[in-house]
Amino acid sequence: MTVESEAMPKYHWEDFKPGAVAVYGPRLVTREEIIAFASEFDPQPMHLDEAAASTTILGGLGASGWHTCSLLMRMICDGFILDSTSMGSPGIEEVRWLKPLRPGTTIRVRTTVLDTRASGSRPEMGLTKFMMEVLDDGDAIIASLTTTLLFRRRKPGAKP
Amino acid sequence: MRYFEDIRVGDADDIGQHTFAAEEIKSFAQRFDPQPFHVDEAAAARSHFGALCASGWHTAAVWMRLMVDHSRRAIEAQRARGEPVAAFGPALGFRDLKWLKPVYVGDTIAYRSEVVETRASTSRPGSGLLTIRSTGTNQNGDLVISFVSTTLIERRPEKT
Repeated sequence: MTVESEAMPKYHWEDFKPGAVAVYGPRLVTREEIIAFASEFDPQPMHLDEAAASTTILGGLGASGWHTCSLLMRMICDGFILDSTSMGSPGIEEVRWLKPLRPGTTIRVRTTVLDTRASGSRPEMGLTKFMMEVLDDGDAIIASLTTTLLFRRRKPGAKP
Repeated sequence: MRYFEDIRVGDADDIGQHTFAAEEIKSFAQRFDPQPFHVDEAAAARSHFGALCASGWHTAAVWMRLMVDHSRRAIEAQRARGEPVAAFGPALGFRDLKWLKPVYVGDTIAYRSEVVETRASTSRPGSGLLTIRSTGTNQNGDLVISFVSTTLIERRPEKT
């Protein structure tokens, strides 16, 4: 007999229906965290220093695009992934960085289920394709991505 | 950084390598991607990954750091030779990001970026669009990450 100490996650592959929209957050993004991420992973002037950033194409301090993506990841983790049967992701179809993420912005993440299908090779797994958008205080889109996430199925091998 | 006109499809750079330690894998994941297989060795051992592995966003962010450092070295060498340095960036986004294999504790990933397309910008006459494919390969020769990104780069100023 096996002992399963972890509670059954709430969300399985079957729970994501095409067209479903959800919003996660809010989260305030501070100057300190923008600079801390950039210092570690993307130490370019436009992400590190207001004066230097003002002369760049960003026109002022803005978060690294990789920071924006990482914040999105954290917000969907807290929003649903950690209470799901997530098996990770094979990748990202596309990311567009549309608008600088400025210090002091309160962001939210909006997810839309685009498509869902059972795995052909792994009966315990399903694939769900999402569009995810990072929104600012005024609902402008800072970044937009499409990605496929993998989830264990509630009923392996059953017809969806 | 060379001018748009001096860059050819097929130009490639080895931009550096990085060995992923358990502590940094967990540190990144605790902040941005706290799924059990990225933050907890025991939970990771029970997961389909079989062992602790890095968040895919961490693998990508390390590419960014190595690329910034590589570009800085290239620019310093150009300045030392008295050559002009073209302005570049930021990236507009990326596409076709594939996380092909997990990055486990102790894996050393070698990153490489290759020019796959160059074209003039129609909206910015002073700039070209540089598209590169970046990859990370582990110590066994397995591709672990691949993505394609496009960046603005300055054209050679007209001689007057």
